[in-house]
Amino acid sequence: MLSTSDLAVARGGVTVLQGLTFALAPGQALILRGPNGSGKTTLLRSLAGLQPPAGGAFHLPPDSVAYAAHADGLKSTLTVAENLSFWSQIYGGPSIDHALTALNLTQLARRRAGELSAGQKRRLGLARLLVTGRSVWLLDEPTVSLDVASVALFADVVRAHLTKGGLAVIATHVDLGLPEATILDLDPYRARVIQSTGFDEAFA
Amino acid sequence: MKALLLRDLRLAFRSGGGFGLGLAFFFLLSVLVPLGVGPEGGTLARIAPGILWVGALLACLLSLDRIFALDFEDGSLDLLATAPIPLEAVVAIKALAHWIVTGLPLTLIAPGLAIFLNLPPAGYPWLVLSLLLGTPALSIIGAFGATLTVGLRRGGLLLSLLVLPLYVPTLIFGGEVVRRGAEGMVLATPLALLAAISLGAAALLPFAAASAIRVNLR
Amino acid sequence: MSIWEYANPKKFMQTSAWALPWAVGLTVILLVVGLVWGFFFTPDDYKQGSTVKIIYLHVPSAMMAINAWVMMLVTSLIWIVRRHHVSALAAKAAAPVGLTFTLIALVTGALWGQPMWGTWWAWDPRLTSFLILTLFYFGYMALWAAIEDPDTAADLTSILCLVGSVFALLSRYAVLFWNQGLHQGASLSLDKEENVSDVFWQPLVICIAGFILLFVTMVLLRTRTEIRARRLKALLARERVA
Repeated sequence: MLSTSDLAVARGGVTVLQGLTFALAPGQALILRGPNGSGKTTLLRSLAGLQPPAGGAFHLPPDSVAYAAHADGLKSTLTVAENLSFWSQIYGGPSIDHALTALNLTQLARRRAGELSAGQKRRLGLARLLVTGRSVWLLDEPTVSLDVASVALFADVVRAHLTKGGLAVIATHVDLGLPEATILDLDPYRARVIQSTGFDEAFA
Repeated sequence: MKALLLRDLRLAFRSGGGFGLGLAFFFLLSVLVPLGVGPEGGTLARIAPGILWVGALLACLLSLDRIFALDFEDGSLDLLATAPIPLEAVVAIKALAHWIVTGLPLTLIAPGLAIFLNLPPAGYPWLVLSLLLGTPALSIIGAFGATLTVGLRRGGLLLSLLVLPLYVPTLIFGGEVVRRGAEGMVLATPLALLAAISLGAAALLPFAAASAIRVNLR
Repeated sequence: MSIWEYANPKKFMQTSAWALPWAVGLTVILLVVGLVWGFFFTPDDYKQGSTVKIIYLHVPSAMMAINAWVMMLVTSLIWIVRRHHVSALAAKAAAPVGLTFTLIALVTGALWGQPMWGTWWAWDPRLTSFLILTLFYFGYMALWAAIEDPDTAADLTSILCLVGSVFALLSRYAVLFWNQGLHQGASLSLDKEENVSDVFWQPLVICIAGFILLFVTMVLLRTRTEIRARRLKALLARERVA
């Protein structure tokens, strides 16, 4: 359902990862591992369609991606429920109750997002995934600032998503407690030879 | 799309949203100009159309960088770009929201401020009409400019430098409508051209703006 | 052999290295001949006296001020459509040159206008249009300067140049509408009756040719500098990664 062939991605005109070939079927999760700056975020942004790949190709069903970045995209003057129902309306209006319950936010629904703790904000950001109704989740460090209980809660959410036939690509350092997920170490794919960016030919 | 419009309006009206800042600026300008120019009614009446249009334009400029910069900083723009609404529509709706919270109120309070500036009575309907037709162009052109500087940390000043030259035709035709209206002259041509700029900008600039956003998110 | 081969940076560097000395030489010859002829070997105008001779700086720089923007528009379009880096860099290189020509046109115009119209500045449509053109140049250059990533900068400035061109044209007509003005008509036109007389015309054409070549020379030189700067940046980035 998600497949890449010889994919290369670039950040700021410099290729950081190359030769990525993998495939994910419905119900599977892929965990990206690699040190800072290895290109995890760049890969996820490329898969989300925010930037063009530097080489190779990837295939995704149209309109299937939900992307969760470092930043949660929350508006601090809107309440938790308002933040969430905005995104639900953008994605065609599923009810937000399920998402609130799944991430244990029901109690906070009427609180302003600006008054939440860092971990609560993160949970709200992740709850957004549930109202998108999208099947491919691209998650960039989803567990940052989550406590142990919340990480477990989140792992359950991901697991439920997978059993419903969804799939997920997760960049993370911590152990999510998802033993069924495949782990992809990005280190072997680091671009060693800098690809010509179309300009180096000047003096090649 | 309605959800996006409602969200932007709600954000503008909640505390810290900056609603009213442009209006206050417009008000201040209309008070300061007579203080600087002198109380002589004839002089004020002659410059009133221009002052009111320049004031509206600058008041509009004040809030432009908020259109996209806030969404860029908190990550919403990334999420909107991957959402099932085309970016062109996002731009158009955000410009519309900007117009509703700045251009429209500016248009409505302009007649009140025109009293301070001694605008001849014949000019009032044309002042309102010209602002009504022209301020949408200010919002959409400004939204385009804001997409160019969205990735820059201190883009505000640069934004004015980019947007002000683009405002020239709108300002000229807008001021001309009021001037001619105040003097009781024929004004169909500048009025039509003003409307044409607004319509043309609304039809074409969202595409340029959306491609600028895509470049900035890359 | 296609014209696009010259858009390859390597090919461009080779060709421009060959062409540059010729361009410099021709520019100097044309400008010296044109300006000396114009300044010292033409009669004074019966009405304007010797002030008329500023025409040899004013008219060519005014023409090049507009042509430079047109060239930037074309190169920006080429960048957007075909993504040739040289094209984007040529647009970047042309902007300060175009701005300089615009400023020369404005200043020489003021110097000429003072004795002619009795004022340094009038809100005449042509003068106003040029003033607005400077604003567009400033905005364009400021955007280039503000953005760090060169490809992003090239993309955004190209979009600005495209949209700016439409609005510059609109401004031109708006200004015409706004004030009818006292500037004389075009100095050169195909209609013989409208033209300035022959004695002034011949050195003027040489000066215009000289200014065109001056523009080409400076753009070539500046584009070469930009390409080298880009190359330097790429090398530094490569070193950081390695």
